[in-house]
Amino acid sequence: MKTRGRVIGLMLAVMLVLAGCGAANNANDSKGGGTNNSAEPGAGGNQAENPGSKDEGVVADIKARGKLVAGVKFDTKLFGLKDPGSGEVEGFDVDIAKAIAKKLLGDESKLELKEVTSKTRIPMLNNGEIDLIIATMTITEDRKKEVDFSDVYFKAGQSILVKKGSSIRSIDDVTKDSKVLGVKGATSIKNIEEKVPGLKVQQYENYQEAFTALRAGKGDVLTTDNSILYGMMKQDNNYEVVGSTFTDEPYGIAIKKDEAGLVKLVNETLEEMKASGEYDKIYEQWIGEKPADE
Amino acid sequence: MDFGQAYSPDNLRFLMEGLGMTLRLALVAIILSFIIGCVLGVIRYARVPVLSKLVGILVEIIRNLPLLLLIFFARFGLPELGIKLSPFWAAIVALSIFEAAMISEIVRSGLKSVEKGTIEAARASGLSYMQTLRHIILPIGLRRMVPPIVSQFISLLKDTSLAVIISLAELTHNANIVMGQDISIVLPTLLLVAALYFAVNYALSIVARRLESKPT
Amino acid sequence: MIDLTVLTEHWESYFIGLRNTLFASLMALAGSFALGTVIAVFRISPIKVLQACGTAYVELFRNIPLLLVVYMFFLGLPALGIALNGFVSGTLGLMVYTSAFIAEAIRAGILAVPQGQTEAARSSGLTYVQTMRYVVLPQAVKIVVPPITNQFLNLVKNSSILGVVAGLDLMYYGDLVNADTYNTVDTYMFVALFYLILTLPLAYASRLMERRFARSG
Repeated sequence: MKTRGRVIGLMLAVMLVLAGCGAANNANDSKGGGTNNSAEPGAGGNQAENPGSKDEGVVADIKARGKLVAGVKFDTKLFGLKDPGSGEVEGFDVDIAKAIAKKLLGDESKLELKEVTSKTRIPMLNNGEIDLIIATMTITEDRKKEVDFSDVYFKAGQSILVKKGSSIRSIDDVTKDSKVLGVKGATSIKNIEEKVPGLKVQQYENYQEAFTALRAGKGDVLTTDNSILYGMMKQDNNYEVVGSTFTDEPYGIAIKKDEAGLVKLVNETLEEMKASGEYDKIYEQWIGEKPADE
Repeated sequence: MDFGQAYSPDNLRFLMEGLGMTLRLALVAIILSFIIGCVLGVIRYARVPVLSKLVGILVEIIRNLPLLLLIFFARFGLPELGIKLSPFWAAIVALSIFEAAMISEIVRSGLKSVEKGTIEAARASGLSYMQTLRHIILPIGLRRMVPPIVSQFISLLKDTSLAVIISLAELTHNANIVMGQDISIVLPTLLLVAALYFAVNYALSIVARRLESKPT
Repeated sequence: MIDLTVLTEHWESYFIGLRNTLFASLMALAGSFALGTVIAVFRISPIKVLQACGTAYVELFRNIPLLLVVYMFFLGLPALGIALNGFVSGTLGLMVYTSAFIAEAIRAGILAVPQGQTEAARSSGLTYVQTMRYVVLPQAVKIVVPPITNQFLNLVKNSSILGVVAGLDLMYYGDLVNADTYNTVDTYMFVALFYLILTLPLAYASRLMERRFARSG
């Protein structure tokens, strides 16, 4: 009789394992959470559809899939912002992503956008969940150890945003006792903590929450790249960017390590966009001015 | 405070989309966690050598970790170990495993509460261990487990809000986006979202009370 | 396999986070115990209005996600002119949320003492206060302590919510360490380990007490 109990136990264990596997499999082929149905990037392996092509790695995967998966921000005005009304994500980064999709697949609509934050973007890229990151990401030596970058596609610099009428007029007025807000995983945190010794930045999950926190009076200063801060200013004109930039933040498009093919294609796309004037056009459309000359 | 802007048709539709995702997430996780929880609970009750101990240790570890950590780990830790999950499925996996660990404890103590005498009587009347488990212990035990299991489901529904940290477009996430529009609509939005969660959970607890008072 | 340098190079962050998590949990526990007791008394009081208030409070907070309660303190209160930082809002949110559960545990404990005993005590000449002090409460405590220990356990786990509102707890510092190491698995393994150091003893204590009280009761 006792052995019966054991048999039941074993059966239950097997059921459990099967249930677990089932869940994991489902995870790969159904995407309840995503906005689109598409194969998981990187999961496709080498494609069989276009033999004779010299494409390797991610580029081959993208072509086999027929869709580029780009990680952009959904909460950053001017670069990548989701509009609750239309459900569309719009911004400078999104337009760059469209251009790359067009270059790779001949159609800018063959693009799936996934939401990333400063905290989640590198893990998502390295998981193979997204093909590239176009998300206000500064090129740094530290990050180069984790990912590869394209050429610079936008030149930002760190600055500070304060409520109009604030006594803080530039970075020099920020002391270690100032209440400064930022975002987890952003370079701007290290920069300002080095510039103002002893300062501890309050860090939030994403820019939306950080800005909501600033407006709710949680701090005196929000710091990040001026480009992002200008977007916040547009959202709420009770706030202003003060002082000049105190760092250089060259944005790059991040691509998984050892994917030289995709890096090359992205750089070509950027060059073509600049040559054709399309780059200037979208730059002006979003940023409101012409890009500065080299 | 601006209730008009907060409850504009666009915002309401967007919040309802979030609620839809929250409900889908909860439903799948409730079903999975119930099944897994029952299996784990029975294994622990049945005292299968090695297996019961092992399950016991796993359950103990999972139960005593913050769910927030598990959700984040399922989304960004597992891929480093070769398991890739979309935000939706990462949330499902974390919620199901965590709540299943909780439910397994409920199931185990529910089964343990079935009196020895009842079990012995069943065995004496010629039922096998398996039959006793299926026809006597499980039905009696399960009935006693209904209230705590339902309140666990309510916890689960509330816990879906934690998926906000992996940018899953559920109710709380969408509320955050709406609240980003203007500071004057933060409080109205929070109140509405709280009311939505409350309504769903309260409905669930009323159903539970019905079940409880059903004549046995 | 596990990269120990994640811990050795960031032990200070982990330590501060752990300390703040413990601190927030203890404060929220003390607060929610006091508040929960008041609510429990409301719920069993003979005055209808108090009863209704107590019930509404419990139902409200048991059916709303903790995150929403914390957002209320963090983002909602400033609209009314009260600005609290992440740590304080998080701890207050935890306290209010947990008090609803503690109130229920206390109420159940008091109700579990048979009515007959109270009546017997009263008829043997004890006052209401004496009856509570010598007859009802000692028995209720035995019933109440294990579930409250359990709530404290939940509280420690739930305190991770502070991480979402820059509340400087263990989860928050875990995120900061991760931003530095890019090693998600190991970083959060250590976070998990520190949580277990806090929660496992509580789980053990709760079970031990349950068993002891079950025997003596």
